[in-house]
Amino acid sequence: MRCGTVVARRHRLAPDQVLALVVAALMVFAIANAFPIVNLRVQGLYSATTLWGAVAALWAEGRQGMALLVFATTQAFPLLDLCCTLALLWAARNRERPRWFAPLLRFLQQVRPWGMVEVFMLGVVVSLVKLSGMAAMVPGVALWAFAILTVLMAAILSFHPHQLWHEPADD
Amino acid sequence: MTEPTTAAEAGLMACEQCGLVVPLAPSTRCPRCGATIHPRRPASLSRSWALLIAAIILYIPANLLPIMQTTSLFGTSRDTIMGGVVYFWHSGSPGLAVLIFSVSILIPMLKMIILGILALTVQFGWPLDRHHCAHLYHVIEFVGRWSMLDVFVVALMVGLVRFRSLAVIEAGPGAIAFGAVVALTMVATRSFDPRLIWDTAHRAPG
Repeated sequence: MRCGTVVARRHRLAPDQVLALVVAALMVFAIANAFPIVNLRVQGLYSATTLWGAVAALWAEGRQGMALLVFATTQAFPLLDLCCTLALLWAARNRERPRWFAPLLRFLQQVRPWGMVEVFMLGVVVSLVKLSGMAAMVPGVALWAFAILTVLMAAILSFHPHQLWHEPADD
Repeated sequence: MTEPTTAAEAGLMACEQCGLVVPLAPSTRCPRCGATIHPRRPASLSRSWALLIAAIILYIPANLLPIMQTTSLFGTSRDTIMGGVVYFWHSGSPGLAVLIFSVSILIPMLKMIILGILALTVQFGWPLDRHHCAHLYHVIEFVGRWSMLDVFVVALMVGLVRFRSLAVIEAGPGAIAFGAVVALTMVATRSFDPRLIWDTAHRAPG
């Protein structure tokens, strides 16, 4: 087209495959949030944080705005994104167009730019380097989970919800 | 090269949500996905201007106020964004210094300048190359989110470094200002209707 963007492209992955990726991503997402990201040891003192712990710490010290921002971009929006995609793909798979299909699809497109798992991943790496000078660190389970989640999200996000309109529907 | 016929000239417009093409009308509901379709996003330019100006104002405290406050046995230190960059540069990781400098200083600034230029171009019909303008728009739309990096770093450090006796890191007022700048510029970019870039052709030959 005249502005040089790709107008439409059919995705390599079939909706069924994307569905599998979404389910996997949801599981990894749970792990990423349930376990500590890094364990920190300084002279016998021990500290670990989960993502939720970081948000709670921000909230507790009076930076509610920032806590909300971090919570929304790393937890709420990615989770909403995954759940919406799951519901939409499920409906498309069953060749249904329930009443919530269209509003949810529009909602998904509004939510999408605000999920920032991949940016957060980079943030984790930067803080690790920053802290490596002052403390011994043991990467936690959630760090790997986030790394995997980043890859999965990249694959899922390359699937444009647009194209669900081209899936056959029975009604 | 002859200009292709535009949808508006052909009496058509496309739904921004699902891509369905419908007859041109001041505003209508998309028959397929139910979204409201406008030929151009309403008040696009004034909304982007308002958000952009708010972001520029907040950009000043975001850089001047500390984003992080470290209290340790050896006293209290406050870090601004630039301070973090300098720290990495001196502590032997220039790569990270460059990365942080680009995402937290260069990108927000370039983004605001570019969006400003695009808005001015549309407002006054500046004869800039429209292909470049459209390309620039896609770049700032893609790159904007990465500026959140510093906010996440601060959040993690705050969560991690909580050794009551040894050291405690707290978020400074600059961090929320910076987060707001990133969010505002993202909304400003999204409320700017890139189709306006192509409308300037009717006022100034590009």
